[in-house]
Amino acid sequence: MNGDFQAPTIEYGTLAPLLVVFGAAIIGVLVEAFAPRYLRKPIHVPLTLLSLAGAFALVLVQVMGGQVSTAPSAMGALAVDGPSLFIWGVILVLSFVCVLLINDEGHFVASAAAVPGSADEEEAEAHSGGVGHTEVYPLVLFAVGGMLLFPASHDLLMMFVALEVMSLPLYLLCGLARRRRLLSQEASMKYFLLGAFSSAFFLYGIAMVYGFAGTVSLPGINRAMAAGNTLDPLLLLGLALLGVGLLFKIGAAPFQAWKPDVYQGAPTPITALMASGTLVAAFGAVLRVFWVGLGNLDWNWRPVIWVVAALTMVAGSILAITQTEIKRMLAYSSIAHAGFLLVGVMATYGSAERNADSLKAILFYLAVYGVTTVGAFAIVTLVRDPGGEAGHLSRWAGLGKRAPLLAGVFAFFLLAFAGIPLTSGFFGKYAVFAAALDSGTQAGDSVGGWMAGLVVVGVVASAIAAFFYVRVIVLMFFSDPAADGPAIAVPSMGTVAVIAVSLLVTVGVGLYPEPVLGIANQAASSLFIR
Amino acid sequence: MSPWLPILMAVPVVGAIVVALLPKGSDKLAKQVTLLVSLLVLVLTGVMAAGFDPSGDRFQFVAEYNWIPSFGVKFGVGVDGVALVLIALSVVLVPLVVLASWHDADGVKAADGTLITPKRSVKTYFALLLVLETMMIGVFAATDIFLFYVFFEAMLIPMYFMIGSYGGAQRSYAAVKFLLYSLFGGLLMLVAVIGLYVVAGKQTFMFPELVGAIQDPTMQKWLFGGFFIAFAIKAPLWPVHTWLPDAAAQAPAGAAVLLVGVLDKVGTFGMLRFCLELFPDAAKAFTMPIVVLAVISIVYGAIVAIGQTDMKRLIAYTSISHFGFIVLGVFAMSSVAQSGAALYMVNHGFATGALFLAAGFLIARRGSPYIGDYGGVQKVAPVLAGFFLIAGLAGLSLPGLSSFVSEFMVMIGTYSSQAHGSGALTAAAIVAAVAVILAAVYILWMVQRTMNGPTAEPVKAFKDLSAREVWVLAPLVALIIGFGFFPKPLLDVINPSVQQTLTNVQVPTSTIAEGTGQ
Repeated sequence: MNGDFQAPTIEYGTLAPLLVVFGAAIIGVLVEAFAPRYLRKPIHVPLTLLSLAGAFALVLVQVMGGQVSTAPSAMGALAVDGPSLFIWGVILVLSFVCVLLINDEGHFVASAAAVPGSADEEEAEAHSGGVGHTEVYPLVLFAVGGMLLFPASHDLLMMFVALEVMSLPLYLLCGLARRRRLLSQEASMKYFLLGAFSSAFFLYGIAMVYGFAGTVSLPGINRAMAAGNTLDPLLLLGLALLGVGLLFKIGAAPFQAWKPDVYQGAPTPITALMASGTLVAAFGAVLRVFWVGLGNLDWNWRPVIWVVAALTMVAGSILAITQTEIKRMLAYSSIAHAGFLLVGVMATYGSAERNADSLKAILFYLAVYGVTTVGAFAIVTLVRDPGGEAGHLSRWAGLGKRAPLLAGVFAFFLLAFAGIPLTSGFFGKYAVFAAALDSGTQAGDSVGGWMAGLVVVGVVASAIAAFFYVRVIVLMFFSDPAADGPAIAVPSMGTVAVIAVSLLVTVGVGLYPEPVLGIANQAASSLFIR
Repeated sequence: MSPWLPILMAVPVVGAIVVALLPKGSDKLAKQVTLLVSLLVLVLTGVMAAGFDPSGDRFQFVAEYNWIPSFGVKFGVGVDGVALVLIALSVVLVPLVVLASWHDADGVKAADGTLITPKRSVKTYFALLLVLETMMIGVFAATDIFLFYVFFEAMLIPMYFMIGSYGGAQRSYAAVKFLLYSLFGGLLMLVAVIGLYVVAGKQTFMFPELVGAIQDPTMQKWLFGGFFIAFAIKAPLWPVHTWLPDAAAQAPAGAAVLLVGVLDKVGTFGMLRFCLELFPDAAKAFTMPIVVLAVISIVYGAIVAIGQTDMKRLIAYTSISHFGFIVLGVFAMSSVAQSGAALYMVNHGFATGALFLAAGFLIARRGSPYIGDYGGVQKVAPVLAGFFLIAGLAGLSLPGLSSFVSEFMVMIGTYSSQAHGSGALTAAAIVAAVAVILAAVYILWMVQRTMNGPTAEPVKAFKDLSAREVWVLAPLVALIIGFGFFPKPLLDVINPSVQQTLTNVQVPTSTIAEGTGQ
């Protein structure tokens, strides 16, 4: 041991998108500390949007410049490979549009600490001038930074840090809804407690796997498995615990219980961010752990994921039918979609080239599903009762007659969720199912049968899911409007832009998916750095 | 590369966009534009069909464009004889349906002034109709199986909104039932489509290249099952038929015509083209169970039709019986029966279309679909009663009317088919013949109860058919009678492609029937 300090090599160019987002988040905190109240929002909005756009531009520069790195960065802590960059791009676009939704007034409480209904709350409300907590902006930036870090982590410890950086701001943001304070606080509390549990599982899993492999680096774990005994209890326990932590974040059954409560209670723009950005990030991490870290073990985790995927699709679809609240319904829909995506996660092949095919399918699905989801939640923010958003489904009756355009667009998003052809959702579902069937056939007879079985479960679940999407359309278009129906808020420019972009992508990709598929293909072809 | 089919598909959808973008309050203009567009499509189809060479290649007017190279999907279109006549059927029916639906969305008043259907968006209805026309052409023209699937599923959506928004009292129940049944079948087919692509390993969905690509008999059976269930729901075959009476009864008459006349034909068309040619061994293995289902449909549909009190439901059940005949003809594996089945698809479209429209005009005058609410219409509205009778007689396959030719061919072809041992299909044909008698009962009894007898009090106020309504029914009746006496033009187009199908199924083709209607 010599005492010389070795300075770590950091690839600043490669990591620039991350640094921009985190830097802007820290500046945002300083703005909160030093800028006068009336200046905060005017500073935050451009700062947040510019940093997200800037980070996206830096991602583009790397992709266009052909400088996608093929080696791990930051001393092996991060892997900014093709799939990472694609996921970064998707997350940055999604969070950009979510911030446009966040800008709308009236979503966030002025003083989260005040007891709901108390004089304190009224006073804070009066002082704020209706703006609410401006801390929202730096919190969102930290969460987005965590989302970027999560799927790009190359070792488990970094992944844990990313998980926390992503989750902690989200716990807080969930509790900031201006209306229905108690529900919002409940959501925040539940999410925090359950999230903390799952993080603990994840951390314990890391310790176990470290005990087996002697390293936390994902390729290191893979190498250790190739050399050692893959039935080592330490490894299997560690794998199970890691799985719990990750499956919790994507909301797979049986770890899905938090999703409906949190999605319902959180301010809708934050729900949109969680349903799109967090899901994308978490799936990126799932892929990296299972494909890179546990690639040599797929005979062990495949059956488990088979059961989880089937359970998630079926549970999400069936439970959604009984929902009467629009955001809860969309939450269960998101659970079902997590199940469809898990079908794709199982589509691993022997050859790298074919693996890229299924990776492409998942990346494509994540991108188009995220965009449609943000659009759907943007519409939810517009249908309002005097007490806030009109969440109960019965309030949506006859919306097609009162606001045909809005209801039509929402119906289109629902059809996309249901995977009807000529919407983007259809191609996403098709890509994932095709990858699963193909990989099963390649792997041989018994695996082929199991994969075909899972895909059949998937299409049955899709048919069940179609029922509740269609039910909302029936309600909007074929039922008579309620006498004192909800008001349709006049959308701000930002919200209009969000809905328009989301609609354009859903329609455009539904008609001609090739460009997006091409990008996903290019990103997937380099595969994960191993 | 021929631009015909892409143009045919583009014209209605462009028309739909124009109609949808018309300013508020231009309902009449919307109707006129829709009618013009649908007539333009009819003329274009006629010009195209004139250039079809029955002795030429199987698929003509072929066009192929790369659509989604990443999935190996092409925008591939082309028509053989069967597809051509079904496209012709669709484009003939659409302008008639436009005319027939002229006032459907305006808020229909009964003769006594009660509102039957409230005022609804006229533009949306006609725009949906035109979108549906594009998809109907597309689904028959697609030679890429993926493209076929896309149209197969996507065409549910406009029909769903036409039933759900413009239908009768139970419309939302009927619309949802229709959508879920079809969607479920379609999703099973999606698995089979993917399976076909994966197992064939040819990196293409083009139908001609996939014929004979699946050799493994077990795999054939699985994939056949996926396709067949979807088509059986669509056709519909007993026991998955229950959505049709609800959907057809609740849909506005025009939409019901397209639903039963064209959309359901996609099911039987798919059986003929895809189930038989892609999976010949499985099709032969499953022939008997399917024939049994078809015969049950034939007899069951006819018996249940007799018991109906609602005219539209009655017509829907007669269609289930007729679809049984078509399926029987398809799976009888003889050229006469298959030609008859393909011809039946067209004739049934005209006959049932006419019957639905005539019943629709009747219902629009009284506001009730129930047979018991009518009586003695003939004295008040003789023209309406006359058209109703001819349409009904076409439904029971009276000799001299077009359905007779096709039904006769199916029966003869099935009776003499040696495909599955000597006796089995003969027995099926004999049982199916019972339905011919039942058909006389359900049609004539309905005509008798509505048109003859003492004139019911509310019926006395009826007006006879307007000029518009005559213009809707007259062309259909002309086609029914014309093809009844001279089916040769249709058969000349159909026969070569049926022969091709049987060659691909490896059934020896001996004689191809010429027209038997003379």
